[in-house]
Amino acid sequence: MTSSAKPTDAADQALDAALRGLHREVLAEPLPAGLRESAQRLARLQQQTASTRHWGGMAAGVLLAFSVGWLSHGQLGGRLDNSAAAQTAKVEREFVRQAGFAYAAYMPEKRHPVEVAAPEQEHLVQWLSKRLGRPLKIPQLDAQGFELVGGRLLPGEGGARAQFMFQNSQAQRITLYLGAMAPAAANADNQSTQFRFEPDGPVPSFYWVEQGFGYALSGPVSKATLMALADAVYSQIH
Amino acid sequence: MSQQSLVEHIPGLRRYARALTADAWAADDLVQDTLERACSRWRLWLAGTDLRAWLFTVMHNLFISEVRQLQRRPDWGRTVDVDAVAHELQAPEGAPGSLIDLQRCLMQLPLNQRSVLLLVTLEDMSYAEVAKVTGVPVGTVMSRLARAREHMRALMDAPAQLAQPAQPLLRVLK
Repeated sequence: MTSSAKPTDAADQALDAALRGLHREVLAEPLPAGLRESAQRLARLQQQTASTRHWGGMAAGVLLAFSVGWLSHGQLGGRLDNSAAAQTAKVEREFVRQAGFAYAAYMPEKRHPVEVAAPEQEHLVQWLSKRLGRPLKIPQLDAQGFELVGGRLLPGEGGARAQFMFQNSQAQRITLYLGAMAPAAANADNQSTQFRFEPDGPVPSFYWVEQGFGYALSGPVSKATLMALADAVYSQIH
Repeated sequence: MSQQSLVEHIPGLRRYARALTADAWAADDLVQDTLERACSRWRLWLAGTDLRAWLFTVMHNLFISEVRQLQRRPDWGRTVDVDAVAHELQAPEGAPGSLIDLQRCLMQLPLNQRSVLLLVTLEDMSYAEVAKVTGVPVGTVMSRLARAREHMRALMDAPAQLAQPAQPLLRVLK
């Protein structure tokens, strides 16, 4: 069998030719106004996405300049040699990728978005702190309109990971995904904290690494909103 | 990926929707819903993947879920006589009768055969592309396409009264 779906039988060829003529006039009709508007809206979204990708490198540079404010110790730390830096970047990308997958897996859940729900917050913190091996703090994002839904435990490369889910009144969900990084990134990145934006994947994320621990805040909101949320998370948990 | 390329796919989506539903209004509603859904799911479209396939996939899934919702309605199962609504089939002025007949026969195909046949003929998609859009394995696409063509030929060769649905067009699934 070839990958082409074209028939070899003469009768089938005649049928296919007839079908190709079906409603052909629709192709030449001007689009109804409603369709044209929706198409334009979709095209704008598409272009935004494309330009975010195109300018992603530059945005990261600009962000780096701003990120000085985020440095927990006020220093960029010693220069890493290139291969270690590349290895670190790879591990970090993998981390944020897993955060995106975890978001995509649990965000649509209606009945079981979390293992432990917000009313049992105290238990949730104790349990996840124990499993991740360090005291965790759940940020309050009420001021930004997001309430805690709860949290769950997930497997990760450098050990257990935790996911906290928040939701606003429009039922938009964001997640904070955190946990120990695989050793390469954990060792290399113990001096600096940089916020990075990841526009690709199932959902956009801001992520950062501090003291061997990675954090990714993911949600289908604008970059500015996500940045403000990441700011709030960062300032509360450190 | 330019704005052009997105808009370019819309006439194709409209034509496919019209052939699928045999109803110009329902078809444009389906395209409209598809574009709205695409707007809200834009982030799920992965860079580098085929835009046309993605749009048709969104439309396919919407259409299937609409049909399923219809099936849950109590009046589902009442048959629709395609000849009785032939005037609604929106044939262009002076369209040859054979095209109306073609649409009528198409409506007698099971939905999964009709969509595969239309994607292959109207959009010139390969087996792999159709498999992606309809979410079934390539082998299933091949067998559905073969059955669709066979079915169509039988319907079109049959005398007019035999081309009436032998079974109700819309069946209650129990």
